[in-house]
Amino acid sequence: MTTTKPETTKTTATGNSKIPYYPGCTLKTTAKNFENSALAAARALGIELLEIPRWNCCGTVFSLADDDLIHHVASVRNFIRVQEMNDYGLVKNENRLVTLCAMCFNTLKSTNLRMKNNAEDLSKINDLMYREEDYQGKVEVIHFLEVLKALGFEKIHDRVKKPLKDLKVAPYYGCMILRPQEVGIDDPEDPTIQRDLLESLGADAVDTPYKRVCCGSYQTVKDKDIVAELAYDILTHAQKEGAEALATVCPLCAFNLDHRQKEVKAKHPDFTEIPVFYVTQLMAIAFGLDGECYGFDQNYVDPRPLLRKKSLIEQQQES
Amino acid sequence: MVDNKSPIMERIAEANKAATTGIDATDIKNWIEIYIMGKAYKVPADLTILTAMEYAGYKFVRGVGCRQGFCGACATVFRKKGDYKLQTGMACQTRAEDGMYLVQIPFTPAEKADYDITKEPYEASVFIKYYPEVTRCVSCNTCTKACPQDLEVMDYVQDAIRGDFNALADISFDCIQCGLCAMRCPAEIVQYHVAQLGRRMFGRYGQGVPDHLRKRVKEINEGKFNQEMARITTCAIDELRKIYTEREKEPE
Repeated sequence: MTTTKPETTKTTATGNSKIPYYPGCTLKTTAKNFENSALAAARALGIELLEIPRWNCCGTVFSLADDDLIHHVASVRNFIRVQEMNDYGLVKNENRLVTLCAMCFNTLKSTNLRMKNNAEDLSKINDLMYREEDYQGKVEVIHFLEVLKALGFEKIHDRVKKPLKDLKVAPYYGCMILRPQEVGIDDPEDPTIQRDLLESLGADAVDTPYKRVCCGSYQTVKDKDIVAELAYDILTHAQKEGAEALATVCPLCAFNLDHRQKEVKAKHPDFTEIPVFYVTQLMAIAFGLDGECYGFDQNYVDPRPLLRKKSLIEQQQES
Repeated sequence: MVDNKSPIMERIAEANKAATTGIDATDIKNWIEIYIMGKAYKVPADLTILTAMEYAGYKFVRGVGCRQGFCGACATVFRKKGDYKLQTGMACQTRAEDGMYLVQIPFTPAEKADYDITKEPYEASVFIKYYPEVTRCVSCNTCTKACPQDLEVMDYVQDAIRGDFNALADISFDCIQCGLCAMRCPAEIVQYHVAQLGRRMFGRYGQGVPDHLRKRVKEINEGKFNQEMARITTCAIDELRKIYTEREKEPE
């Protein structure tokens, strides 16, 4: 177990020590391994993610209908909570709202753009929520990867205690942090942010054209076969390029690419299972953090044999 | 000692008299007009909605209970004169006002799931299994506005979705199961049943058994009270009376 270097504890992207953090429902249930590893990795970098008090579900999917304002109320209420954090002094002049979940990120940011660009919509929603203070339209929704990029991948590299040497990982982006372009955090055709992060951790980032192909999203509820076929393409193309694992920041992509390997294997007996990490799990390993935050029990394909093979975790490491 | 002849006591006596049905209308000085299910009634001022309706001639067989604001049976929906807002409350706790439009909600139709908490995992999935509509919550907060107990109903629905049993149990502790949240919810969630499931799960799995209870159960199983029990279940009635009157009492 290692401790945080003191010289890194004060630095964050803008010099503030605490950033309002929006977890979302999935990170509190089926993706606890994402949250635990990310919070631990952030702390190791001197970034304190402060959970927003009384946050509510983001709404899950951004409603594209013109006249469906009620489905944006949930997101806006979370922005008001960020304002309140400033009001109550939990944070100081901090309008950023950081998410880990790519779905929440997309929904929150899309709604925020609509509110910023449409005063009438905002006024209607403020009026409906008359018991809350008005949303002033100043919150900025950002993804954790953007915080890391602003901090600088060099600094992340400096924090690495156990480089992910010889670990070949294909970064997988999916849709929610890339599209539509005004919401995306990177080039929607050729994103590089996870590659840069993985390389700063000492891993070999494996490029695949399938890194931005949709995993099938919520089709997974209605038709597992659609998702199994998409997952098969995404996973086997990564394997053909030499990848030993994938990395993602989306719990839904993680579910479809990891847990659906059961269905993939049933349809394609030649398929070999491949671990799918949250990129923050790999950060926690590379930073040499306490294994408790890895949460591999929630991964479907157990990544521990691969990590043991690469001497990245102890032979007996259980969590 | 309060003087029964004091002016204040006379006024209270007079007010109470006015609240009793069957008295002479000339005894009542202040009157208001309310609209029960659209029909106008003149009733004495300063009554609760419940007693005002009884004065008007309604007799409640269902939809009334403790008359103290605890049982949650007398849910009421009303609009005040000149106010567009639809308001809710308990009829026994809400004062009738001049120009009020009102109606009683004798029962909230809601499906109550059948479950065995000993067979369910202590996870958010239990809510999705029995009340999947919780995920339809759009965070409009209408339930919170409807709650006569001023609970943060929406917040505990959100806690259910994310599996925070402890927060749910804390926030919903004072729920009186009146059902007004469910009647107002655009997502058709039955919040009060969801909360009850959550509190039951928290009670079984979240809180643990307190040490003093564990200790006492052990003592009982080991027969600490067997002799005493045998004595009081077999003794004569006079002796039992004596045991009862001379028993050790808890401090007041």
